Amino acid sequence: MTTIRYTKDHEYIRVEGDTGLVGITDYAQAQLGDIVFVELPKVGKRLKRGDEAAVVESVKAASEVMAPVSGDVVAVNDALEGTPGLVNADAAGEGWFLELRLTDTTELDGLMDEAAYRAFVASLD
Amino acid sequence: MRYLPLTSEDRADMLARIGVGSIDDLFAEIPAGMRLGDLLDLPRHKGELEVERLLRGLASQNVTAGSVPFFLGAGAYKHHIPASVDHLIQRSEFLTSYTPYQPEIAQGTLQAIFEFQTQVAALTAMDVANASMYDGSTATAEAVLMAHRITGRREAVLSGGLHPHYAEVVRTTSRMTGDEVVTLAPDVLAREDLCACVTEATSCVVVQSPDVFGNLRDIAPLAARCREKGALLIAVFTEAVSLGLVKPPGEMGADIVVGEGQSIGNPLGFGGPYVGLFAARQQYLRQMPGRLCGETVDAEGRRAFVLTLSTREQHIKRDKATSNICTNSGLCALAFAIHMTLLGEKGLRRLASINHAHTIDLADRLETVPGVEVLNETFFNELTIRVPGDAADVVERLAARGVLGGVPVSRLLPGQGLDDLVLVAVTETVSEADRAAFVERLEEVVRC
Amino acid sequence: MLMTKGRPAQAVALTAEGRRTFTSNRGLSIEEGLIFEIGRPEVTGVDLEEPAPFEHRLGACERESAIGLPGLSEPEAVRHYVRLSQKNYSIDAGIYPLGSCTMKHNPRLDEAMARLPGFADIHPLQPQSTVAGALELIHELSRWLVVLTGMEAVAMSPKAGAHGEACGMMAIKAALLARGEAATRRIVLVPESAHGTNPATATRIGFEVRSVPARADGTLDVAEVKARLDDSVAAIMLTNPNTCGLFERDIALIAEAVHEAGGYFYCDGANLNAIMGKCRPGDLGVDAMHINLHKTFSTPHGGGGPGAGPVVLSSRLARFAPVPFLRRDEAGLQLVEHAQEALDHDDLGPARSKVVSGKPGSTFPHPALEAFGRLTAFHGQMGMFVRALAYMLSHGADGLRQAAEDAVLSANYIRASLRDLLSQPFGDHACMHEVLFDDHWLKGAGVSTLDFAKAMIDEGFHPMTIYFPLVAHGAMLIEPTESESKASLDLFIATIRDLAHSVRDGDTERFQHAPSLAPRRRLDETRAARTPVLKWTKQGAALPSPSPRR
Repeated sequence: MTTIRYTKDHEYIRVEGDTGLVGITDYAQAQLGDIVFVELPKVGKRLKRGDEAAVVESVKAASEVMAPVSGDVVAVNDALEGTPGLVNADAAGEGWFLELRLTDTTELDGLMDEAAYRAFVASLD
Repeated sequence: MRYLPLTSEDRADMLARIGVGSIDDLFAEIPAGMRLGDLLDLPRHKGELEVERLLRGLASQNVTAGSVPFFLGAGAYKHHIPASVDHLIQRSEFLTSYTPYQPEIAQGTLQAIFEFQTQVAALTAMDVANASMYDGSTATAEAVLMAHRITGRREAVLSGGLHPHYAEVVRTTSRMTGDEVVTLAPDVLAREDLCACVTEATSCVVVQSPDVFGNLRDIAPLAARCREKGALLIAVFTEAVSLGLVKPPGEMGADIVVGEGQSIGNPLGFGGPYVGLFAARQQYLRQMPGRLCGETVDAEGRRAFVLTLSTREQHIKRDKATSNICTNSGLCALAFAIHMTLLGEKGLRRLASINHAHTIDLADRLETVPGVEVLNETFFNELTIRVPGDAADVVERLAARGVLGGVPVSRLLPGQGLDDLVLVAVTETVSEADRAAFVERLEEVVRC
Repeated sequence: MLMTKGRPAQAVALTAEGRRTFTSNRGLSIEEGLIFEIGRPEVTGVDLEEPAPFEHRLGACERESAIGLPGLSEPEAVRHYVRLSQKNYSIDAGIYPLGSCTMKHNPRLDEAMARLPGFADIHPLQPQSTVAGALELIHELSRWLVVLTGMEAVAMSPKAGAHGEACGMMAIKAALLARGEAATRRIVLVPESAHGTNPATATRIGFEVRSVPARADGTLDVAEVKARLDDSVAAIMLTNPNTCGLFERDIALIAEAVHEAGGYFYCDGANLNAIMGKCRPGDLGVDAMHINLHKTFSTPHGGGGPGAGPVVLSSRLARFAPVPFLRRDEAGLQLVEHAQEALDHDDLGPARSKVVSGKPGSTFPHPALEAFGRLTAFHGQMGMFVRALAYMLSHGADGLRQAAEDAVLSANYIRASLRDLLSQPFGDHACMHEVLFDDHWLKGAGVSTLDFAKAMIDEGFHPMTIYFPLVAHGAMLIEPTESESKASLDLFIATIRDLAHSVRDGDTERFQHAPSLAPRRRLDETRAARTPVLKWTKQGAALPSPSPRR
């Protein structure tokens, strides 16, 4: 079963079992514009919720991507190194950043589900 | 005042448009007690003639390199600069433009930087070079910080052949952040064993060639040792002309190459402004400090150049930037690029050969002076000589006899027991008559 | 009746769809290849005689490979760089209203003076007896800087603004080390509107940055500062006038509060042009401030440097200045190049000259008895010192004050002339030497700050600073300086007004494809960043070259 949760910083985590794929939302990529570089963590790195997990860069800005929940990095999306535009083209799919093995699944309860996130985004404009 | 176009009438009209009664109304936010009523105790304005007279007066008190046989080096070298270089860098569009933030109307500066980056990369045999740093010494300190970021280690090892000012700049920076610096003892004869100093804690080794004493260093074995220990090798040069004749650091395995570019296109100028060269291997690109210019296309598909990868820089990353550098040495880099373009491969090689040949000649002549010893086994255009007695005193007495005969080592390294050594540089500007005069005067000075 | 004779009154833009020339040149806008495409390795523009054969003394270090550098003959090189220069905008050609950059006229007298052999052709390590005039010049410039700012001492060696910031923050660190508080005082307060170099510098010197928000009028509230002050605070870094072009009216209170809490006050002197001769930073409580000689004192910016960033220091910090520094004794001016020498002379002998103006009883030059080290090889940017002193001597105390007044007057004139059309983030109040607008007035117009700036290029102007400071949305920061005539200001204002009316009229075409009349249209910056091409390579010459193949 797949669960998707969102943060107020426009990160998502797509959880299946005890691991989840982390990326930024389509709304975030549209705000940032053309993504030119994504700095990813080393596999094996242990992250606490809120730690800097990655840095995403457009031509004129560098934004930190925080770990939405605590966990260990088990994989990163190497495709972004050569093709950072994947984040623009398919933020929720091919443009994922990293995979976390969650250390505390109850942290997910503090995040927004899809409907809540959509309402949150709508409130921003 | 000739530089201020507004007339009193203009000022009155403008104040009226703004809707205030006097200019002081616009300075009302300055706390009352702190506003200056009177003029400061400084002279009033002067015409060109008067300013020129004053400054010419000061200039005339200095002995210029071009007026005497001249042998100073130690990080700053007198070379001939083609007249067209200074003409071109004084073009309004180069001299009085800002950093190229609007690329559509700054392609001249941008293309020149792109060409400069390519020239520096070629000269050092490295993958990428930036748009310049302040000078060689600050570039060296930046390279050490970059190595710390890459390796995650915080200990730099400095060769005893590194220019003492450069070493001091690195130590000053490191003292502020609590990073370790291991400085080897002054290494006049290039005999130190740097390989033995590289450990698992070493972030980088900084080694200069030609070193401050003029010796050339084959850094290939050191590069291998660094790789083995996970440390980076930072190669430094202060005489860019040497690269016309000596093996480039990139070919010997350096990871970062920094140098002083003053020798090409820039006058001695009492120490500045100069131009720091900075090159690295491709994999370290995103940890480089300073501006980078890249190629792209415009909306019509035409080739164009633009500052790029600026997310590394202070105006975007702020406290997480790779460096705080902003203004660098644009115009000095342009002078370097123009002079290098005039020289080309052929000219640079020949220039380097002349420098080396003249230095060999002087070394041979010095061997004939009783009590004077040339210490170098290898050299490019600079020698360390031992003189009887105090070197600073010998240099002063040479100056009194109309020869600027070198830099006493004690000027750079006081209190190290190196008081009888002089650094002597010989470039293409030193004629045979100058070399003869130097040897003759030196003989007189050491005799009495 | 349609007028068909003579030249058309309206300029016709050549667009992508427009007519192409055989050469790709557009009249005087001439395409120019790279030196690597037009040069040849066997050509040189410098005549040098091959030396007689020699046995080299290079040991194992002889170069074996080709360098890969092309050469050009002198006529080719001159033409190459002249053509490149023609693609640049410059202050000599028109108003350059970049906020926070102080792009003022660069007098050619200053260039001529810097090129006198007595300054340009002397070596930094010549015996000091042979460079007495050079030392005297540095001393005289130091005196001007100290008197203008009302400070105790000045460190001359920093090479640019950011380097000066590093110098000032190192002096603060050294003072804290001397107090035994370097380990505990690690926080540096920096307002949100600060230039990026401030937080970058603080971090680099080993401090931690804490941000301070501005109040609704764009200035800093002393209460906000006080709320963040405790014994972990090393310093505050403040720009005054700030990057919004506003004088920090609480500045003296802020300085007092910071000092009371045991911290130091670093002032970013980037905007000194607004206040020189009107007030002295020393009187405001500043402990350290860099001065951008390449802004305030008009040494040319050179397309990105060189600059010079001397740092003036208060009595609290003067003894911590770096080496080298000048000392006057019986023998005249001496350059102290080693920290040890400074300690050896740990006395304030009577032989030293009194400062001409400023604090009674202080000595000048002030010895840095606890110098923290060295910031650069040699002694600083002598070439810039000569230019700056020529500029200051030309202006005099009266001219410098008049320059500050004219700069502030011109900025306010622009503000008053545009306030009905453009929006100001903090309301319509008097500004200092630069005026800040935001993009509120562009909302819904389909034109961004960037579009607006690019349309200014088609009108023959260099745009203002855009998107800085970050505290204003879509910022447009205009700094005209004192160098513009009223006619120049009026044309600039009329142009902005005309563009603003186009925005109101919904003429987005004028903006979205601009510039179309510059040597290049907008650039693909995404491509530049995603696949960086940072040097020319034979293989990489895949991008279409606009010139005919050579």
